Amino acid sequence: MLNLLWLVPTLPLVGFVLLVFGSLPRKLAACVGVGSIGLAAALTLLIGLQLLSLPSDEQLFRQMLWAWFSVAELNVNFTLYLDPLSLVMMSIITGIGFLIHLYSVGYMADDVAFNRFFAYMNLFVAAMLLLVLGDNLVVLYLGWEGVGLCSYLLIGFWYDNPANGYAARKAFIVTRIGDTSMALGLFLLVMHLETLDIQAITQQANALWLPGSWLPVLAAALLLGGALGKSAQLPLQTWLPDAMAGPTPISALIHAATMVTAGVYLIARMHELFLLAPQVMVVIAVIGAATLLISGFTALTQTDIKRILAFSTMSQLGYMFLALGVGAWSAAIFHLMTHAFFKALLFLAAGAVIISLHHEQNIFKMGGLRKRLPLSFWCFMIGGLALTALPLTSGYYSKHEILLATASFENAGMWLWLAGVVGALITGIYTFRLIFIVFFGEQQDAAQESFGMVIRLPLVVLCVLSVLGGWIPLPFGEIFPALHFDHGSSLVNWLTTLVPFVGIGIAYLCFYKNNALLESFSKARSGQLLRRFWFSGWGFDWFYELFFITPFMCLIAINKNDVVDSFYSLLASLARVLHRLLSFTQTGRVRWYAAVIVLGVVSFVGVGVMR
Amino acid sequence: MRRNIIFVLMSMEIMFNAVGLAFITGGSRWMQADGQIMFMLVLTLAAAEVAVGLALVLQLYKRFKTLDLDVLSKLKG
Repeated sequence: MLNLLWLVPTLPLVGFVLLVFGSLPRKLAACVGVGSIGLAAALTLLIGLQLLSLPSDEQLFRQMLWAWFSVAELNVNFTLYLDPLSLVMMSIITGIGFLIHLYSVGYMADDVAFNRFFAYMNLFVAAMLLLVLGDNLVVLYLGWEGVGLCSYLLIGFWYDNPANGYAARKAFIVTRIGDTSMALGLFLLVMHLETLDIQAITQQANALWLPGSWLPVLAAALLLGGALGKSAQLPLQTWLPDAMAGPTPISALIHAATMVTAGVYLIARMHELFLLAPQVMVVIAVIGAATLLISGFTALTQTDIKRILAFSTMSQLGYMFLALGVGAWSAAIFHLMTHAFFKALLFLAAGAVIISLHHEQNIFKMGGLRKRLPLSFWCFMIGGLALTALPLTSGYYSKHEILLATASFENAGMWLWLAGVVGALITGIYTFRLIFIVFFGEQQDAAQESFGMVIRLPLVVLCVLSVLGGWIPLPFGEIFPALHFDHGSSLVNWLTTLVPFVGIGIAYLCFYKNNALLESFSKARSGQLLRRFWFSGWGFDWFYELFFITPFMCLIAINKNDVVDSFYSLLASLARVLHRLLSFTQTGRVRWYAAVIVLGVVSFVGVGVMR
Repeated sequence: MRRNIIFVLMSMEIMFNAVGLAFITGGSRWMQADGQIMFMLVLTLAAAEVAVGLALVLQLYKRFKTLDLDVLSKLKG
């Protein structure tokens, strides 16, 4: 069964090819699109069971598919590598991918470009699977670029609207900056280690490089750049809110559960390299903490239901980066898994609300939907409770583990923990602000819930996973070095557990009934300024526009006639001038030709005589 | 420079004669018979050239209804 590992990324790829090149009728297209992922998911389950039945220090499997290229001392083969880490990622991708594909059959039922949607989604899943199954960094980079491409294609899916194209380009360009940094990191690794096999890199790096010396620090920093781009962390986070222009299922799959977690996976996979660069790990933790706070505050002021969830995703990714930075690798992957469950649930439920209200996304135009959209309401409640990390939900266990690991980090651990706790407070506030505004209060819009099984089933399954997913044991014993942290003083433990409740309470006071306190604050001058600042994502878009985009556009305008190209066109026009001059001698008149012949003869003879 | 083709042919006859005179003079000066032989070649050449040349004049007139050489400028440019 393990030998069939190559089938798992191939099935979605076959689905992609069939959907692009066969003009399939809608029902068949849905079967192919969903079935390929379903088969991959079933295969993943069987493969996983077989892998986990092996003794724990032998739980790895390598499958070389073919020799790719060999240059100088660098041999790169197309090899798949399976260990519990990639198994967990693979299960998330195929499992949640399957549920989302099923949901999309219902969500995109009225769309004209149904086949194209499933083709792109299948291609995305294939690329993401290659990313997590790659044995060397080249296959990983192939998958990395593939998911970036599919993200672009899917964000700009409804290409008739130019705003969607802009959002897609923005996402692609910002992640490209990260990808360039990562490519530079790969070049550095090749130059110094002469290999790109992940296991070989970790062995060589440990053998050759001293912790803290400039080589591993530079390599780790460059790889971090790539991870920051893909996972929408500071400073490359500006693309994620605009990426909500795409259909809701892709926001759930790509921008909540899978693609944005590629950065987290990369760092976890290369954790040995990062352990050799403790300065970089501190930077990761700080970036994670900063991002989770910034996006949390921004989510407090948003009015579009999907943008709130987008900033929430950014914030939760900040928690994962915080965990990676303090060395809590398993906690980060655990949170990745639980986050995939409840964030996908929230996005799919948001999609259900959106289509029930005929594509209305402004939460202030919704209200009191508790009675009319019961399934969406309960999904939001369960997802919201998991997001806020209340006890007994899956989110609680993962976030708690991260915060405890952070608190016991040396030096700045308590500050980072404080940031994480404030973030948890804000998470509670904005999540329940969303729930109270949308589902409680007065009803503004008539809505009717009418979903088929294809929409209900994924929502219910994700609800179950959001609650029970916290008890899935992750077999990472052999992969990650154990992080020995004391389980904190009881004060730390209690605060971590209780803060989300405080957040919910604040949200209740401010948003359940319209509170005079909040009204007066929001009308005051300082309140307005703060709200605008937070709403714009702390001004990052404005900053980038001013310092990067405008100078670049000026340079483009100056160089419109291409200084370098003008040298070559100068050569061409020189040739043309000479041609015109010479053509004056071609008069076509016999007398002129005769005279020139005589002149030529005389000058030759003269030269010959003079010599 | 003559424009009329008849004048050009007449000028060429004069040039042939001039060349023949130069050869005779040279042969006479250096006491060699080669000069006389060259003159005979020149004479033959002139006769053949006139025959062809007059045929071309006839064609030129038939085509362009003029004897002006400057109309033959298709190779211009």
